[in-house]
Amino acid sequence: MVQRSTIYSDEKLIKKLLEDKDLTIEDALDNEMVINMGPQHPATHGVLRLVLRLDGETVLSALPELGYLHRGYEKMAEDMSYIEFIPHTDRLDYTGTMCNNVAYVLAVEKLLGIEAPKRAQYIRMMIAELSRLTAHMVAIGTYAMDVGAVTMVMWTFREREKIQEIFDRLAGARFTTSYTRIGGVASDADSVTIKMVRDFLDQFHSALDEMDKLLLGNKIFIDRLEGIGVLSKEDAIALGITGPNLRASGVAYDIRRAKPYLFYNEMDFNIPTYTDGDCLARYWLRGDEVRESVKILYQILDKLPQGEILANEPKHTLAHKAEIYTKMEELIHDFMIINYGINPPVGDVFFSAENPKGELGFYIVSNGSGHPWKMKIRSPSFCNLQSIAQLCKGAMISDVIAIIGSLDPVMGEADK
Amino acid sequence: MEMKETIVEKLKKNFGDTVQDVTDFRNELSITIASNKIVDVAKFLKEDPELEFVMCKDVTAIDWATRKNRFTVVYHVYSFKNNYFLRLKSNIVEETPVIDSVTSIWPSANWYERETFDMYGIVFNNHPDLRRMYMPEGFQYHPLRKDFPVLGIPGSLPLPEKI
Amino acid sequence: MGLEAKLQQDGFVTTTIDAIIAWARKSSVWPMPMGISCCAIEMIAAADPKYDLARFGSEVMRFTPRQCDLMIVAGTVTYKMAQVVRRIYDQMPEPKWVIAMGACTSSGGMYRSYSVVQGIDQFLPVDVYTAGCPPRPENLINAVMTIQKKISKTRARDFQDQPMINPVISNN
Repeated sequence: MVQRSTIYSDEKLIKKLLEDKDLTIEDALDNEMVINMGPQHPATHGVLRLVLRLDGETVLSALPELGYLHRGYEKMAEDMSYIEFIPHTDRLDYTGTMCNNVAYVLAVEKLLGIEAPKRAQYIRMMIAELSRLTAHMVAIGTYAMDVGAVTMVMWTFREREKIQEIFDRLAGARFTTSYTRIGGVASDADSVTIKMVRDFLDQFHSALDEMDKLLLGNKIFIDRLEGIGVLSKEDAIALGITGPNLRASGVAYDIRRAKPYLFYNEMDFNIPTYTDGDCLARYWLRGDEVRESVKILYQILDKLPQGEILANEPKHTLAHKAEIYTKMEELIHDFMIINYGINPPVGDVFFSAENPKGELGFYIVSNGSGHPWKMKIRSPSFCNLQSIAQLCKGAMISDVIAIIGSLDPVMGEADK
Repeated sequence: MEMKETIVEKLKKNFGDTVQDVTDFRNELSITIASNKIVDVAKFLKEDPELEFVMCKDVTAIDWATRKNRFTVVYHVYSFKNNYFLRLKSNIVEETPVIDSVTSIWPSANWYERETFDMYGIVFNNHPDLRRMYMPEGFQYHPLRKDFPVLGIPGSLPLPEKI
Repeated sequence: MGLEAKLQQDGFVTTTIDAIIAWARKSSVWPMPMGISCCAIEMIAAADPKYDLARFGSEVMRFTPRQCDLMIVAGTVTYKMAQVVRRIYDQMPEPKWVIAMGACTSSGGMYRSYSVVQGIDQFLPVDVYTAGCPPRPENLINAVMTIQKKISKTRARDFQDQPMINPVISNN
C-alpha cells in the first residue's frame, strides 16, 4: 500500500513552478512567495487549481493543475454503446448541455453516414442556440460576480430559468436534457413549445438592454478589465484557443461558418470579432454572440419545416416506444440495437461543432462493434485553459480572477 | 479534392518512404508517418507557404491491444488559409512507447501530449514539462490502456480515513 | 412590585435553553457551497430569484469553511478531490452538517469509473442524501428543510465537549 502523501504529492508541480530560466540569483526577489489558489475557490469556476509564484503582488509564474474532476469519460465510453453515451455528454459542458448532445450525435451520424430529417435538424439547431444562450448567461453572470458586480448573476439566472422551462417542456428535464437521438431527436417540438420560445425571445431584448446598461456604462467595471490579460492573434492560434476567446483576439473563425453543419449555411448571422484580445473584449464578445443567437433563433422559428423527427434507418435509429410495443419489426430492431449496438463501419472520424466555449470535437474510432474502440473528446475549455500560464505572467494577483473568468472554463469538460 | 492531392503529393515528394499509408474515410484525409520523422513532417506542414497548418487541434493515441505496433499517436491539425483539416498518424511499438514531441512546432500540443502521456504512458522526447495531466502524481498506472480495468485497481488511489 | 406583576407588564415566553439554541441554529444555516460540477449550477439556481433559498435563512453562501455550518457537496467527487473535500470539512467549526447533493455524491451515480469515489460517505459523515442528477432546486430546498428538522431536534449539550475546530488535519 502506497502512502497517501506520496500519491497526492505536489513535488513535481512546485519544482516546475520554481524553475525559471529568466530569473537568476542576482535578481533580488524581496517578497517572493508561492501561494495556492483553489481547487475550492469561488472564482475558479469549479475545481481549477492554480499555483502562483509571486513577487509582492505581481505574478511571476502561474501553473494550473487539473484533474480534480477527472471522471474518466473516455474510458467509460469504450465500455458502453453509442446510445448509452448520450446522457454523459450532458455533463461535459454543463452550462450548455444541449450543444454537447447535438455535437455528439452529429459525430456518430457522420461515422454511420446517415442524416437526420430536416425538421429534426432544425430543432437541433434551435436547442443548440438556446443552449448557447444559457451558457453565455452563466458566463456573463458569474464573470460579473467574480469582478464584483453581484446583481448581474441574479438577472442572468432569471433569464436562464425561462430557457430551462422550455427545455423542461421539450425534453422532460430542465438541466441534464439528453434530448437528441442518433438519427433525430427524442420528441417533437409542439406549437406550445414554439410559442414559449417566441415569447421568451420577444422579452429577451429588453432584458439584454437592461444588462448592458448595468455594466457597459460602468466605469469601474471597464477600468477593471481593459487591457488585462491581452492575448495576441498569433499566440491564440499557436495555443489552440477556439471559440469566443479566439474571436476576441481578432480571428473570425467560427465552425458554423467555416464548416457548416446542420443548416447554419442557410442562416444569416454575423461573426462578431474584436481585435483587443483583452478581458473586456472577451466579455463584450459574449454579449454580441447572444444577440446573434437571438437573430438565428428568430430565423429558425420562421423557417421550421414540418415532417419526421427520426431518420428512417431501422438498423441505427431507435424507433418510437409506441411503435416498439405494437409492431414486430420495430421490436426486433430495438432489441438488436439495445443489446448489440448500432455497429458502424470500421474507421475513424473527427467531428467538431461550435460550442459556447469553443470547438467541441469528438474523435471516434470504430472497429465495427457496438462499442467505440476509442473516443477522444477534444474539449474547448481544456485547450483554452492552456493560455492561463501565459496570460497571468506579469499580471497583478487580483487580475488573475478576471483572467480566469474571461476565459470561461468549465471544468466538467476540461477534466473530462 | 484538389487539396488532398496537393498534400499527399507534397509529402511524398519531400519525404518519400516516410509516408506509409494514406486513407480517406468520410471525406477526411489520414496520413500515416514513420514515427522518427514526425517533427520534420510537422515542421514542413506548418511552414510550407501553400499549406500552413498552423493550429494543432488535438493530440491523442489509440491502444490497439493486440497489434504488433500497439499504439498509434494521432494528430489533428488545421489550416486557416485553406480551411482544411488533416489527420496525421504514427505507429509506435509497445516495448518502447517513445515519440518526439511536436511542442516546438505547435505550442498547443504541450497539454495534449501531457494528457496522452498520463493516459497511455507514451513518452514524448524533448517535451518541456512532461508531468501527469489529470491523475495524481504518484499514480502508477495509465488508465486508457486496454489492460486497465474501468473500475480501477483497488488500493491504487487511497481515500482519507473514515470519520 | 412582585416578579409576577412585572412579567405580566412586559410580556414573556417560557422555553428551554436547548429549544431556543436549536431554533436559532436551524433558522440561520450558513451553507458552504462545495460546488464541484453540474450540481453547482443548480445550487446557484436554488439561490436565484425564482427559487430563493433566502426564505429558509440559508442564502448566505460563504466560500470559507470557517464561517459555515452546512456543507453542500454538489458534484462528482474524485479521489483526487476527496482529499480536498475532507480537508475543508475538517476546517469547519462544530456543529456541522453535510448534504450529499445528487447521485454522484451519494453513490457515484452514473460514473462507475476508476477515478470517481463511489459515495462520499466513505470518508465523510453525511446527514441528508439528495436524489437526482442533478437534483432540481426544489429538491435541494427540501434537503435544507430536512437538515433544519434534524437541527431542531438537537440539544445544546450534544456538542458541549467537542472542540470548536478540529485541530488535526490529516495529511497521510
